[in-house]
Amino acid sequence: MYSDRVMDHFKNPRNVGEIDNADGIGEVGNPVCGDIMKIFLKIENSIITDAKFKTFGCGAAISSSSMATELVRGKTLEEAWEVSNKAVAEALEGLPPIKMHCSVLAEEGIHKANNDYRKKQGLEPWVEKNPHSHEHDDGTCQG
Amino acid sequence: MGEKRIIYMDHSATTYVRKEVVEAMVPYHTEHFGNPSSIYRIARESKKAVDAARTQVAKALGAEPDEIYFTSGGSESDNWAIKGIAWANRKKGTHIITSKIEHHAVIHTCQYLEHEGFTVTYLPVDKTGLVDPADLEKAITGKTNLISIMYANNEIGTIEPIAELGAIARKHNIPFHTDAVQAVGNIPIDVKAQNIDLLSLSAHKFYGPKGMGVLYIRKGIKIHNLIHGGGQERRHRAGTENIAGIVGLGKAIELATADIEGHNRRIQALRDRLLKGILAKIPHSYLNGHPVKRLPGNINISFEFIEGESMLLWLDDEGICASTGSACTSGSLEPSHVLLATGLPVEISHGSLRLTLGNVNTDEDVDFVLEILPKVVTRLREMSPLFKSGKGGCNVQ
Repeated sequence: MYSDRVMDHFKNPRNVGEIDNADGIGEVGNPVCGDIMKIFLKIENSIITDAKFKTFGCGAAISSSSMATELVRGKTLEEAWEVSNKAVAEALEGLPPIKMHCSVLAEEGIHKANNDYRKKQGLEPWVEKNPHSHEHDDGTCQG
Repeated sequence: MGEKRIIYMDHSATTYVRKEVVEAMVPYHTEHFGNPSSIYRIARESKKAVDAARTQVAKALGAEPDEIYFTSGGSESDNWAIKGIAWANRKKGTHIITSKIEHHAVIHTCQYLEHEGFTVTYLPVDKTGLVDPADLEKAITGKTNLISIMYANNEIGTIEPIAELGAIARKHNIPFHTDAVQAVGNIPIDVKAQNIDLLSLSAHKFYGPKGMGVLYIRKGIKIHNLIHGGGQERRHRAGTENIAGIVGLGKAIELATADIEGHNRRIQALRDRLLKGILAKIPHSYLNGHPVKRLPGNINISFEFIEGESMLLWLDDEGICASTGSACTSGSLEPSHVLLATGLPVEISHGSLRLTLGNVNTDEDVDFVLEILPKVVTRLREMSPLFKSGKGGCNVQ
């Protein structure tokens, strides 16, 4: 059911772990829904020099976290903000429709970590252009 | 993968078909293919084979051959029992009693009947998955026209007090159906002694072919047909008989019930060793279901801080076939209704693993799973934000 790319990132996840004294941390999801992602960013001169994650969730959640952290490493904060859930899913060669919310979580996790950094810097948090529902697409998980 | 050894521990999902069963079936595909309703000799062979299988099933259940009806499987049997009884007795009343942990073939059928104006009571279970007979007694009204409680649960393996529940139903003169799909071949069953009026079973759970089931209907029970058409199955279930399937089901049930105790001793010994090993090796793991009243091959364990699908993917990578009550494999996003009914918190329900042992499993399989599973759990916990290694604490809210 999963693409080879998803399985690769699931079995050999990139960037697992935490960053001590991370500049931005974003935790999204809910254990009731079966997935939680915690994203850690190291930021120097507005560039993401390191990104790590910890994830509780299914194969799609783990591989989305892995891919999202890969995609934002080395990017400016502005560039990283533009990494959409679709970009994560496409980089993984697609996700099953029912698992698309996992890529949404990854995007949200990056955004939240980014804004965490901005708040710490005394900057205005950026506003989500396309706020996603925090429930799953079909609304079954009301956690 | 290719050459890799497969460790199959999902016997509650389905079983392989035993060689003796396949061999018994083959002639009914190739030689004795006649329609039992026809009059010529090859058809008579088919008819005889169906009758013989009916006797095999009756013997295995303590029933009479003319109380056995062949169907296309457990789901059809459940649908037939519930809709057939509900419609046949609707003048008496439109109340049905079942439990919260039934298979979807029962639950969704009851929900359909709710849309059709019936009312359904879904009895709760305790944390081990048991229905309390006192709850059944209390739920019965003058309008109750059917009670349907599963024999043994497919996820957590809990065996219900069927004889006792059946006796209550009998006392109130209400037809009592049990979905025994997981029980047949694993637990000795006697429909007469256990006060069972209707019983569903499915061949592919006891090393028979898929697409074959039985509904036992006690003589004298009033029931409507589900499948209308020709006069097969004494005019109660239309459709040309699946002769080879029926022969296979008959052979499989005969083999499965020949030495049920001996078979169970072996499976249960393997199961107990595996279960003890998992609980000893993996902290923050909990057995779901009843400690004693459970199917001999069933293990259902929750591991805190991790999610079931990722566990299954890693196990599959090692050739281990298992299943989970996590939402993420089910196509819906809700975790198992059975685990939730036992009061297990939602987040821990996501981390459940079901291993169901059967004929193919060996001591080596148990050793292998005991070697691999702790590594898989550790690996996933290490990347889980819920797991605080060292402290072992849980920050799940």
